[in-house]
Amino acid sequence: MSDPLIVIHEITKLFTPSSPPALDNISAAISKGKIIGIAGPDGAGKTTLIRLMASLLLPTKGRITIAGYDTVKDAAQISRLIGYMPQKFGLYEDLSVIQNLTLYADLQGVTGKVRQEMFDKLLTFTDLKKFQQRLAGALSGGMKQKLGLACALIRKPTLLLLDEPSVGVDPISRRELWKMVQSLLEESITVIWSTAYLDEAERTDSVILLDEGKLLFFGPPQDLTQRVKGKTFQIQNISGNRRPILKQALQKEEVIDGVIQGKDIRIVTRKVLEPGDLYHPLVENSHLDSARQSQIEASRSERGSPSQIGKGDEEDQFGKAAASRNRNFQLEDGIHLPAHQPLQLNPVSPRFEDAFIDMLGGGPGGVSALAEKTPVLPKKSEPIIQAEHLTKKFGDFTAARDITFTVPSGEIFGLLGPNGAGKSTTFKMLCGLLTPTSGKAFVNSLDLQTAGSEARSHIGYMAQKFSLYGNLSVRQNLDFFSGIYNLKGHHKRNMIEEMVETFALTPYLGVNADALPLGFKQRLALSCSVMHRPQVLFLDEPTSGVDPVTRREFWNHINGLVEKGVTVMVTTHFMDEAEYCDRIALIYQSQVIKIGTPDELKQGSVSSDHPKPTLEDAFIHLIKQFGEVPNATG
Amino acid sequence: MLNRIFALIIKEFLAVWRDKKSRFVLIVPPIIQLFIFAFAATLDVKNVPIGILNRDNGRQGFELAQRFHGSPVFNKIIYLQSVDEIGPFIDNMRGVMVVSLDEQFSRNLEAQQPAQVQLILDGRKSNTTQIVAGYASSIIQTFNDDFAALSGFPQQNTILVIRNWFNPNLLYYWYNIPSLSGILTMLVALLVTALSVARERELGTFDQLLVSPATPFEILVGKTVPAVVISMLEGSLIIFVGVFIFQIPFTGSLFLLYCSMFVFVLAIVGVGLFISSLSQTQQQAVLGSFLFMSPSVLLSGFATPIENMPAWLQPVTYLIPLRYYLVVAKGIFLKDMPGDIVFNNIWPTAIIALCTLTAASWLFKRRLQ
Amino acid sequence: MLQDSPISIGRARRLKALIIKEFYQIIRDPSSIMISIVLPLVLLFLYGFGVSLDLDHLRVALVLEDTSPDAQSFAKSMTDSHYFDVKIGRDRREFTQDILKGAVRGMVVVPSYFTAFRNRQDIIAPIQVITDGSEPNTANFVQNYVTGAWQNWLRQEAISQDLTGLPLVTTESRFWYNEELESRNFLVPGSLAIIMTLIGTLLTSLVVAREWERGTMEAIMATPVTIVELLIGKLVPYFILGMGSMTLCVITARLLYDTPFRGSWLLLEFVSACFLTTALGLGLLISIVTKNQFAAAQAAMVAAFLPAYILSGFLFEIGSMPLPIQLLTYIVAAKYFVTSLQTLFLVGDIWSLIIVNVIPMLLIGLIFFILSSRLSVKRLD
Repeated sequence: MSDPLIVIHEITKLFTPSSPPALDNISAAISKGKIIGIAGPDGAGKTTLIRLMASLLLPTKGRITIAGYDTVKDAAQISRLIGYMPQKFGLYEDLSVIQNLTLYADLQGVTGKVRQEMFDKLLTFTDLKKFQQRLAGALSGGMKQKLGLACALIRKPTLLLLDEPSVGVDPISRRELWKMVQSLLEESITVIWSTAYLDEAERTDSVILLDEGKLLFFGPPQDLTQRVKGKTFQIQNISGNRRPILKQALQKEEVIDGVIQGKDIRIVTRKVLEPGDLYHPLVENSHLDSARQSQIEASRSERGSPSQIGKGDEEDQFGKAAASRNRNFQLEDGIHLPAHQPLQLNPVSPRFEDAFIDMLGGGPGGVSALAEKTPVLPKKSEPIIQAEHLTKKFGDFTAARDITFTVPSGEIFGLLGPNGAGKSTTFKMLCGLLTPTSGKAFVNSLDLQTAGSEARSHIGYMAQKFSLYGNLSVRQNLDFFSGIYNLKGHHKRNMIEEMVETFALTPYLGVNADALPLGFKQRLALSCSVMHRPQVLFLDEPTSGVDPVTRREFWNHINGLVEKGVTVMVTTHFMDEAEYCDRIALIYQSQVIKIGTPDELKQGSVSSDHPKPTLEDAFIHLIKQFGEVPNATG
Repeated sequence: MLNRIFALIIKEFLAVWRDKKSRFVLIVPPIIQLFIFAFAATLDVKNVPIGILNRDNGRQGFELAQRFHGSPVFNKIIYLQSVDEIGPFIDNMRGVMVVSLDEQFSRNLEAQQPAQVQLILDGRKSNTTQIVAGYASSIIQTFNDDFAALSGFPQQNTILVIRNWFNPNLLYYWYNIPSLSGILTMLVALLVTALSVARERELGTFDQLLVSPATPFEILVGKTVPAVVISMLEGSLIIFVGVFIFQIPFTGSLFLLYCSMFVFVLAIVGVGLFISSLSQTQQQAVLGSFLFMSPSVLLSGFATPIENMPAWLQPVTYLIPLRYYLVVAKGIFLKDMPGDIVFNNIWPTAIIALCTLTAASWLFKRRLQ
Repeated sequence: MLQDSPISIGRARRLKALIIKEFYQIIRDPSSIMISIVLPLVLLFLYGFGVSLDLDHLRVALVLEDTSPDAQSFAKSMTDSHYFDVKIGRDRREFTQDILKGAVRGMVVVPSYFTAFRNRQDIIAPIQVITDGSEPNTANFVQNYVTGAWQNWLRQEAISQDLTGLPLVTTESRFWYNEELESRNFLVPGSLAIIMTLIGTLLTSLVVAREWERGTMEAIMATPVTIVELLIGKLVPYFILGMGSMTLCVITARLLYDTPFRGSWLLLEFVSACFLTTALGLGLLISIVTKNQFAAAQAAMVAAFLPAYILSGFLFEIGSMPLPIQLLTYIVAAKYFVTSLQTLFLVGDIWSLIIVNVIPMLLIGLIFFILSSRLSVKRLD
């Protein structure tokens, strides 16, 4: 094995002496010619590590060498070896594509014939040839990303540093970028790609996994995934509502993680389960809360004979399957489902994310304290959210065109699409933040334009990056939000106390919202949005950048609330999150291209190359069907 | 609705106080301005260096020169030796004036003939030098009278008796600091409101507000009230400092002053909200405020009287709220201004306030999109 | 792989690229145009027309309790004077309201017994001059002008009556360099200092801070460019912009106000260049220290704009300030620039004065640049 290209030796970085370290004693040796991923949630230290490698920061302790050059002492040489693409792509929005390239070429010392060739090659590579004169600010997200990459590649670097290059862009561009980067490997360029998407991390040759500044793992992703081999399963064949089943599953001690995947549930168990194990331990330890208990009692008495249990039954259906090599659930004695409706538990191959969760000690349990305290909202027959031919134009540009759909009560509805597609615009029209150019938006049968204030009193809203008043303390934030949602006196005080108790905020009451750890910020933001017991929750990219555990906790609460009858509209560009939705509207280039359940969407894209398409595959397929060329902007 | 407005008001107070940037704006400019206005920004004339060219060898010339030494205004007197020195002396700004006496001075006087004193002044600082010329003239006039009296000449028996009403010693800070109560209040009101909406946009909480049941009107009120309170507090601070620390007399009605300040602040808050609705970032809001403030202060009559401005510009000053407030502030501090005159300055301000607040809320609603 | 070019060749190319890039950004950024062209013109306009320290047509009231010919001739000497806008009345109470309102700045009262006293040799006949002391500067002028008018009247009386009580000592005042005594002639040159400060310090500090905030600084720093090149690449375009704006303002001032200009263009440009360099140095320092636009704007206001306005001597006399503040003005570069400007415009090329002022300016600038280069490294923290 040749010498490693990059040696990271006991790197520690503190930004201020009193704060916790951004990076804590990280060491790794990276060899040439590979794609190395740096993975972890926001705040893990990914950008800090990359900047240290680019000589843009000084380490507090330790050192990094690249090809033998120290980042502190030999910064000048290092700048000749690397190509760097920061998070905002590093482009000058006021300059055109070709002007940006020229600038970087000049700065990197690439001139003359070599420059011409390089430009030619890069423009073809990134498919930007016909957009040369366009201002960088007018490019779409995907195009900016490619331009940023081109600028970093101008002087063919030994090491390419990419800081979260794929955030928020459409899936097609993401895939193209990945392909482009992989082709670079053939030219013996080593690539460092940092990401918060764990599925991307999985595809790298080697990954540095960070969490809160600490190195959790370094090595080929498969090695980490091995950890959870034999521990990953999917509960299939659930008819009806899978959320209660998820809750049940999570309550079991042996299950450390569970997520909804379309109509199935994927779980990770604590220990390897061998064939032949029965799940009595899993079954016997189930905890049903009293409400559920009485519901089941009631339905039991209603039902009478088991054969009356039909597919349309909204209640839990648990079954004892025929004994076979499949594992089955058996719940309380007394409830048996007819044999033709078995729940199946099938092993599935482990994912990187599963291993991550396992390393972090597992996800949260299934019970949401918040949901427990929320009273049941009566189910309504009319749709809770109605979008009728919503269109929004900003000058010449149409951000959203003829959007129409309805959302019944108690559903989780997702708006899925890349940045700039129109999902934020649609979302904002539906919660009253934007006035549609034409069309109507209704919440709870109230027109948002005419009955604004009243309609909005039924809405709870959680913005991206949790817009809390950072300078105000936790208590002050709670006070404010409850006041502005018309709570007063006793009722207000009680609600605040309830939230504090539910989310264990007591130790943080006097702390400024800014200073809270990310998980608590999320809790505070959630509590501020539900104190007035809204009928509908609007969530705008609620979990972008958070670690998987925090994400699960969040969805626990949401699922619990939905079970109590709350309707939820969520926007996301994170495909995995879309799986939690009951139905999804795919938005691309200002229009809804398809609405359906996640499984319907996936089914629609089955083909010989993709017998088992993921949601991302489905999206790409649908976009291609839609026919527009991905590179054109609005 | 009241509930919501109340919650918004409390939040705004807390946000302004707890945000480092806002706190900076509330504390540093007042201190700096107070300091500057109290001491530095003065059109007073003191400590003036001058030159004397005394080609006369007689007693009268000497006597006259001595009079200049005695004056408190001239702190440095340099004796020039020849006419040639006058040019470089003035050119290089070694003094603002040269008092030149020719060789005949004493002789002429003793022969009861007219004698002339030449004053050469640096026009580069025409304001100062005009006042200096005035001082010099009165020194010479006094000398003249004394000489005439001594020599037994009949003199004119009329004199000018000069009395400065309201400010007998013409202390500049008696004028500056009451004016400061207006300027500072304006600065704070402008900055607090201009920053308020921009800050929420930057933080991302603006959407949160808009999605809540609060109507745009309530949101505006929630921002206006704290701004008014805070700026009036700052204004009061200056008044307090002026009266108790600088011992400026306060002869009029405090109530009337506050009425005027209140209406004034409303007008300014309207402008601030207007700027805030236009700005995307806090920094733009600061620049916008500055852009509004400079002409306001310059044209308000503070630095220079309005009657000095060209005739076509003077009507424009009727649109500037500060103009009215300054008249009232000076009046109530120093002149015991009666209510009717105060009222004459309040109602135009009230109309301006109405206009700015309406324009601000219109723009605010439009910019919500 | 390319061969590494020698540093010096690369440098020129990199600098050129950075400067060109900056110019494109200036053209496409509305706020830069605002601050460098619109704002200076607005300020020039304001200082030329709005601010004037010349009191012509001072509004005064004249109360003639005595209407004898003597009083009348005195009244005439006042109404004839272009310094006054006189309102004549018989009773002083008519004008009390006016003084309270500020409608008149002073009241001159010829009492009913004026002529009577005058005709008797043993009593002095007074004329009362009441000024509105709430505006001390104006009050001073009222005093001066009334005194002047009164003295003139006395002289004329003496000549016409052939009195021997002629004031023997007469004063002749000559105002060099600004004979018309138009304050605009010294305010407008002085205001150029403020304008340059705006561009040199405020604009520069904002622009550099903005680059930090947008993240482009980061990407550029990862290339071989050196920190010195980065800074020069930022400053040169703003230098050119500042000089251009300055020239535009001078031309405007000449055309619009007919401000006299008695020095040489070359010297003016030289001195301006020196000041601009210093202002840019301060702007740079502020942006390096603050790294965000809001703080940069505040700092530029407090550290550059306010001193230029208050402490440079452009409007307020430094000599009249308390000693500690006077000492403070020695480190305000604008002070030296204002003095040079007023001299260049109204007097001419007084080399000795100019040199004495340029040297401290450049020294201050040097300190800013040294500090900047110490504090700036190609690092993000």
